[in-house]
Amino acid sequence: MAEPTATSDGALLEARQLTRHFRIGGLRGHTLHAVDDVDLRIAEREIVAVVGESGSGKSTLARLLAMAYRPTSGEILYRGRPVGALKSRKDLLAYRGQVPMVFQDPFSSLNPSHTIGYGMLRGLKLHQPQLDRAGREAEADRVLEIVGLVPPRRVMARYPFELSGGQRQRVGFAYALSYRPRLILADEPVSMLDVSIRIGLLNVMARLREDEGVSILYITHDIASARYVSDRVIVMYAGHVVEHGPTEKVLHESVHPYTKLLLSAVPDPRAKVAISSADLGEPPRVIDPGEGCRFRFRCPLAQPVCGEVTPRLTATGLGHEAACHVTAPDRATTSTGSGLE
Amino acid sequence: MADAVLEVRDLCVDYATRSAPAKAVERVSFDLHRGEFMAIVGESGCGKSTLLFAIARLLSPPAELTGGDVRFNGTSMVQLGEKQLRALRWRDFSVVMQSAMNALNPVKSIAAQYRDAMRAHDKHLSKAAIEERSREVLLLVGIDPVHLHSYPHQLSGGMRQRAMIAMALLFSPELILMDEPTSALDVVAQRSLMTKVKELQERLGFAIIFVTHDMSLVSNFSDRLAVMYAGQVSEIGPTELLFSDPKHPYTKGLLDAFPSIYGERVELVGIPGSPPDLSDPPGGCHFHPRCGEASERCASTAPGLYDLGDRQVRCLLYADEGTDRG
Repeated sequence: MAEPTATSDGALLEARQLTRHFRIGGLRGHTLHAVDDVDLRIAEREIVAVVGESGSGKSTLARLLAMAYRPTSGEILYRGRPVGALKSRKDLLAYRGQVPMVFQDPFSSLNPSHTIGYGMLRGLKLHQPQLDRAGREAEADRVLEIVGLVPPRRVMARYPFELSGGQRQRVGFAYALSYRPRLILADEPVSMLDVSIRIGLLNVMARLREDEGVSILYITHDIASARYVSDRVIVMYAGHVVEHGPTEKVLHESVHPYTKLLLSAVPDPRAKVAISSADLGEPPRVIDPGEGCRFRFRCPLAQPVCGEVTPRLTATGLGHEAACHVTAPDRATTSTGSGLE
Repeated sequence: MADAVLEVRDLCVDYATRSAPAKAVERVSFDLHRGEFMAIVGESGCGKSTLLFAIARLLSPPAELTGGDVRFNGTSMVQLGEKQLRALRWRDFSVVMQSAMNALNPVKSIAAQYRDAMRAHDKHLSKAAIEERSREVLLLVGIDPVHLHSYPHQLSGGMRQRAMIAMALLFSPELILMDEPTSALDVVAQRSLMTKVKELQERLGFAIIFVTHDMSLVSNFSDRLAVMYAGQVSEIGPTELLFSDPKHPYTKGLLDAFPSIYGERVELVGIPGSPPDLSDPPGGCHFHPRCGEASERCASTAPGLYDLGDRQVRCLLYADEGTDRG
């Protein structure tokens, strides 16, 4: 794929009404709505966080964008071109090199029987075939240094079991970086690491954007770490986007009851919390969900209308958008479905 | 101490390795009072889970208890045989493991697993009594008793973890040992589990030792906090005090490692480096290679655990302020 320029409005990657359903349960089949009608756009040099609990569809969203899953409907545009139209192996490879993924589990995402260097050089051979052996090694040195694994030659000679979880996750970012990416899809990259290690990796992500100009889609259930690195936050619940906007707006002027629940769940010694606020934390219902707001079963503000009409993302007047009949009522009867600007 | 349910004295655990033994727990001492919630925090590999297993006498080779004593209600656990231990487990103290998915038997219903535990202590318990108690404990943790006949895979991660806690409550034990019970859960489920545990503890009055790597998690819940590093207690004291006025550089580092949703967005540094190899820990203070406040003598002199009155701290900066507790 040649280097097409980004669309005039600066979107690097854009998703329009992206939907992915899974058929489950044999003959009398049910449909699991993992991702429903999601619009999103990521600009150059931007870090966007997707926040939600288990089952909110955030990982499915990342896999759709990585082309690991085919969308049920909707489309994905990379630099203005639909990725669904990419058919040749060469184009797909180029897309996957420019939009690579970093996985959650550093203990199972690296091949245990090969050294770090082996995986790195193989990836480079595939994604940067123009490089000769010396060029590949120089590139490997460069990316390992960027993610803070020094000296690079010693790290390359190691096997995954010889590295700590934090180091392995840095290797994941180094692999992704060696393909000269424009956007890294990071699916819960720090959730399996010790708290003391996480911050170092979040700093690596911030540095990748600053120094390498890479955009990052950061998927997490931890809204506090999302605040630490991201410019914008998308809050997902049961496959829907429920709130979206600039990070500080979403955190400090949140209107959706689910965003508020997520915020109240963050353990923070600086905040005195009411111990009585026990939300039972049942996972979202996404099998044959039907019409209506999917958060209504847990929502303290639920009204009859919430069971009948699916709320759409609506501008809150505070500089961001939310999908809630109660706190962000949609004044126009026909919503414009404005998308995530 | 009269009201201590658990007294741990100079406990040492080694892991046998081909070279020198790895000292996973090195002379750890503390008392746990009746109904107290104590948290043990530290990074992976600091020995916190090993300590918990040593207390529960669940160690298996290559781990070996090499010294010290654990007294549970005045009885030395170290001396007990398997049979005596079996009589205590579940009934007087119970353990909640890290991963409920692996701790629950996947081919048995929740009811069957509860029945096993109860029958192990009283063969003559009637079916009805078992059923009744099982329902009670499920209600306690906020699970609808219809799930009693469910299999583990039919429950969500949070429910499985609560089902494990319910199992630990079958006999209303005096002490529950919890090893990172929330680490596989997302933030919302984690919060609701912590709230539930605290509520049950206040209602039923059992004592808890709660092991976690996430210091922020226990801030609103535990009474006392022990910070472990490289097999040793580096600071121990009231939770609120350790959060508001940490003394040990490692405690300060842990506190600065998680971002907040409040206040200014500031750049955090975490703790540089990684925990040491326990079979060859650095000389002097084990933490000195990663410590921002280390001086020359930290590399040569091993600090004692200094008692400052309100807490104990293992750092040479406080050597002159308190008496050494070893």
